[in-house]
Amino acid sequence: MEKEKYQNLVKKHTPKEDLLYNCLIAFITGGIMGIIGQGLIDFYQIILEISFKEATIFMLTTLIFLSCLLTSLGFFDKWVNFAKCGLIIPITGFAHATMSAALEYRKEGLVTGIGANMLKLSGAVIIFGIVSAWTFSLLRVILGVV
Amino acid sequence: MIYLMSFLFAGVVCAIAQLILDSTKLTPGHVTVIFVVVGAFLDVFNIYDKLVLYFGGGTLVPITSFGHMLTHGSIHGFLEDGFMGLFTGTLNLTSAGIASAIIISFYLSLIFKPRD
Repeated sequence: MEKEKYQNLVKKHTPKEDLLYNCLIAFITGGIMGIIGQGLIDFYQIILEISFKEATIFMLTTLIFLSCLLTSLGFFDKWVNFAKCGLIIPITGFAHATMSAALEYRKEGLVTGIGANMLKLSGAVIIFGIVSAWTFSLLRVILGVV
Repeated sequence: MIYLMSFLFAGVVCAIAQLILDSTKLTPGHVTVIFVVVGAFLDVFNIYDKLVLYFGGGTLVPITSFGHMLTHGSIHGFLEDGFMGLFTGTLNLTSAGIASAIIISFYLSLIFKPRD
């Protein structure tokens, strides 16, 4: 078969992902996560009478706990497949990556399995976050903008 | 009103991420890393703090806030303790998120079995 014909055939049969539809789903689910975040902050501020900053930490921990629990119960994978970036980009994606790696490697033992592989997926976020944050702060210090 | 702003900001961030994910060959891991670095960069000139004031909780849920808190912590550490503060302060604000994710995942993975 000629190369061009083959490429046309491949193009025809690769599943098309609807860009606009995916973006819309991500927009709505991500937005709902934002509303939940703000709602939890308000909730904790009223219930525990704490400042906005402390309520933020409570909110993040709650979201992390919920997404870890839902991942280990098996629901969250389906939701991530549906919403994609709407759930990957919020902090829930970080917790989901940690939890699913821990579950997956559990059978290889506590130290060599869970311990060595838990941060396999989410380690990139931590490492690049710390390195870039440190570098940017150093740049700002050197520039004397502080 | 703050709820509408939260919805819009978190939604737009996630939609941009989906656009990058679909139109390039990057994996979700790459996209998350890009957003953390962008968040860390935005805090250098205190842009992200203004966003938090204006858009509320919607700015704190996406992973960009993780980078923002890292930079915020290390600059705050520098102001308090000098040069070594850059190291001691970096994880100050995010330690709750990282530690809770690790601790909760560890205990839950002991309790639950993986599902296919």
